[in-house]
Amino acid sequence: MSAPALSLRDLRIWYGHERGAVRAVDGVSLDLMPGETVGLVGESGCGKSTLGRGVLGLLPEGAGHAGEVVYQGRNILELKPKELRALRGPDLGMIFQEPMTRLNPLMKISAHFEEVLKIHEPELGKKEARRRALETLRGMGIPPTRYHQYPHEFSGGMRQRIMIALALVLRPAVIVADEPTTALDVLVEAQILRIIADLRRNFDTALLLITHNLGIVAEACDRVAVMYAGRVVEQGPAYDITTKPAHPYSRELLRSTISLSTTKLHSIPGAPPNLVTPPPGCRFHPRCPDAMKVCAEHWPPTITTGPARRSECWLHASEDIPAGLEAPLEREALAAAEEA
Amino acid sequence: MTATTTVTGSQDAAPDARPPRRGNLLSKIAAPYKQSHGVQRFMLITGTVLSLAFILMAIFAPLIAPYSFDTYQDAQGRFPQQGAPTSRNHWGTTVQGFDVLSRTIFGARTAVEVVLLAVIFSIAIGVPLGLISGYVGGWVDRILVLVMDALFAFPYLLLAIVAAFLLKNTIDSGIVTTAIAITVVYVPQYFRVVRASTLSAREATYIEAARAMGARPRTIIRRYLFGNVIQSVPVIGTLNAADSILTLAGLGFLGLGIQPTEAAEWGYDLQRAVADAGAGIWWTALFPGLGIVLAVTSLTLVGEGLNDVLNPTLRRRRVNKPRITSYTMNESGAVGPASAPEVEEDVG
Amino acid sequence: MNRGGSLRGYILVRIALMIPMIWVLLTVVFLMMRVAPGDPISATLGGKLSPDELARRQAALGFDRPILLQYVDYLWDVVRFRFGTTITDNQTIGSIIIENGGATLTLTVAALIFALILGLPLGLIAGRFRETVPDAAIRVFAILGYAAPPFFVGLLAQLLFAKNLDWLPASKMASPIVQATAVEHTHILMLDLAIEGNWDGVWDVFRHLILPATTLGLLVMGVFIRLVRVNVGQALGGDFVEAARARGVPERRVVSRHAFRNALVPVVTVMGLQAALLLGGAVLTEQTFSWPGLGSRLLQYLNNRDYIGVQGLITFFALVVVVISLIIDIVNALIDPRVRY
Repeated sequence: MSAPALSLRDLRIWYGHERGAVRAVDGVSLDLMPGETVGLVGESGCGKSTLGRGVLGLLPEGAGHAGEVVYQGRNILELKPKELRALRGPDLGMIFQEPMTRLNPLMKISAHFEEVLKIHEPELGKKEARRRALETLRGMGIPPTRYHQYPHEFSGGMRQRIMIALALVLRPAVIVADEPTTALDVLVEAQILRIIADLRRNFDTALLLITHNLGIVAEACDRVAVMYAGRVVEQGPAYDITTKPAHPYSRELLRSTISLSTTKLHSIPGAPPNLVTPPPGCRFHPRCPDAMKVCAEHWPPTITTGPARRSECWLHASEDIPAGLEAPLEREALAAAEEA
Repeated sequence: MTATTTVTGSQDAAPDARPPRRGNLLSKIAAPYKQSHGVQRFMLITGTVLSLAFILMAIFAPLIAPYSFDTYQDAQGRFPQQGAPTSRNHWGTTVQGFDVLSRTIFGARTAVEVVLLAVIFSIAIGVPLGLISGYVGGWVDRILVLVMDALFAFPYLLLAIVAAFLLKNTIDSGIVTTAIAITVVYVPQYFRVVRASTLSAREATYIEAARAMGARPRTIIRRYLFGNVIQSVPVIGTLNAADSILTLAGLGFLGLGIQPTEAAEWGYDLQRAVADAGAGIWWTALFPGLGIVLAVTSLTLVGEGLNDVLNPTLRRRRVNKPRITSYTMNESGAVGPASAPEVEEDVG
Repeated sequence: MNRGGSLRGYILVRIALMIPMIWVLLTVVFLMMRVAPGDPISATLGGKLSPDELARRQAALGFDRPILLQYVDYLWDVVRFRFGTTITDNQTIGSIIIENGGATLTLTVAALIFALILGLPLGLIAGRFRETVPDAAIRVFAILGYAAPPFFVGLLAQLLFAKNLDWLPASKMASPIVQATAVEHTHILMLDLAIEGNWDGVWDVFRHLILPATTLGLLVMGVFIRLVRVNVGQALGGDFVEAARARGVPERRVVSRHAFRNALVPVVTVMGLQAALLLGGAVLTEQTFSWPGLGSRLLQYLNNRDYIGVQGLITFFALVVVVISLIIDIVNALIDPRVRY
């Protein structure tokens, strides 16, 4: 097995907040293989965007971190700002959620490309840089005639394709795409997803695709990591998880997905927990239909539930549950925990 | 500070500003001071303290000042003209033989009187006009906007100069007329702000609901819009108060302000000090000037501090970096396990 | 070509929109000058002339006619750039503008340059390092710059730099000898002297300019600092700035190219209001330094109660403000491509 392109080791990112630390990412371990697309799914506010930015070291002021983001044998969180900056772009790329506001409105598209190419590949020269930019843009379906236009002259879908081209033009080894299609309409979404799927085939780029849409995961990803309250609760091959989820949260999330065959809308009761004071034990237990007494008291172990699959749940470690705690969690307790 | 109290006071006077219910007056005034921290809080508190000091100085001027503003003699006889600071006249005397210290203190009184009047007049005119313009719309709105924009674009000091010039020639020049001249300058500002927030509040759901229930426009304006729209007034009120001190002084400096016999006015004193400067006499200019600078600065600090607190878009996250200490957190057990040992093993 | 066309279109639309603005301003000026009871002649000369003489002069200038006709006359005169003839010293406003406009222009432009050179970098630093000690210091400096009226700063500057240290002249625009020898080409003294090759004269005017320009500049600088600070702060938190960082753009370039340039757009937008501040401040500064500009002339007519003089100069100032706002709109369209649409 080849070495991972990017490897997260017990990564923690906590924000400072008036009421205490917000544990947006709290002990995540995840590997990205070269050429692999990993979907990171979860409800809004579960820390997946923070994780994505953490991979590039783009943390807001007042955020603390621990653990490692290993890229080419180095922990990028420990790098000097200058070294980190040199990695951003040619090694680690990022595609954002809202394409409408991510391009500098005062700069032509050409200026955006010339800027990054000049910074990261100064040896290219103006002509060659232009050729590279146009070639990448053409790959995204943006005609060269529009190279010298301003961002406001493009539609949302086109701007997102420009953003992707702007990330790809440097041929990074890892790209983080943070909900790249959420702000776009369905047809454009399909188009962008096709581009992302092509990416997987044509480049050796590892892609971390952050989304809340499990449909996208099934379609575009090799592997999936399901995130809940700052933790990856289950990870494994995309097909396996979207067909046979092992963690109750993955299962409930899957059931909530709306598709053509949906006859009844399902939702997970309750709301994602407060990340300043998360619930004790398993963080999902207040909302979990399968919760046992043990879930509210002890942290669940991480169990291998199949080939290349891991799940963080007591259901798969029944023999380790201390005696007397297998009983289902009572309703009142559930309500009380939710209150807290 | 003067403006803030006035505004919040008048807001409470309309007791049926029902929709988003806000706490009582005291806690409302205290809120910005509690919410702010760091540099902001320092600015806000310094500004408030200084402003209060000025108001106290204005109120108790006759008690604080050694002489009256138009006294040119005491028991020992006439004061010297342009006399340097002595124990008799601590800050020296002016070319007319007045005591600079007394005139500076009484200047605060004039400033507070004029500014208070000007702010009250501007709010009394600008806020209702803005409400009507924003709510009624149509040609009323268009004409008002046209006129107000024209006034707004005009150099405000020139506007005040012309207003003061005309008032002086037709009516009189005193505290009230000067306040009116200043009012002309600031009405458009209240009008614009209130109109803009009325336009946006008009579309708010609770107002739509009130309209759907058949409330009359008058009721909607009075009960629902007023309470909400007025919230933007304290900040501009305070900043305008600061600004109108400058306008007042400017008018005084140009000889268009209050008659020197009626009250002591910093701008007028500075005008008289221009000739002194050539002779190297500094005390007639320095003290009234410092009065202006301090008064304007303290009001500006309050206004900007309020603005920072009430418009948090500019506020930076000011929190300490969290220290990630998973193991100790785990031991304390109070917040729940940040990380379970199993996970560490699994990763390691 | 597409863009050029739309820029031209934009400018034409702005010019068209200027006309109602000018009309409203002129109407406001006219109404203000006439709400006062009586006509300009009797207001100015009342008590100084015999009633017969007053009536004769009123008739000569058309002030005995209905107010509506006078209003139409006023507008028609302004359209032809005729602002009237002063009552007290019988000069046309046009000649006053030519004679004294250069001094005001020199003063305001110099003050603006000073304010930009000092205000933009300071605002940038304050916005970049928000809520730190340098930010607080710059903010206080900005507030003080605004809170200290030009006549006070001017007096202190005269006391310190002219009287105590004797480095710079305290007032007037030039030494008498320079003033006397100047030949008029452009009516802008500094330029005239330069055209004549009188570099000592230029230097003399420059030395006279330093104190007033700094005084007036400080006033406007405070506003620039505040504006730039706020907008740089907002731009630095902007989405495209984060995106630029994610592409590995160096922080210096992020600040200068992405944040600062975008922060300048709203600064330019409100520059029109700064022009108003500058003009108002110029009146005070000119008075403080005996600077022979339009402000000093305005004050002369104010003190002499010369209604035509005041009305004419105020009308001119109103037109200047409108033209400046037009220029600013055009500059804005040049730097921000979004505005043109």
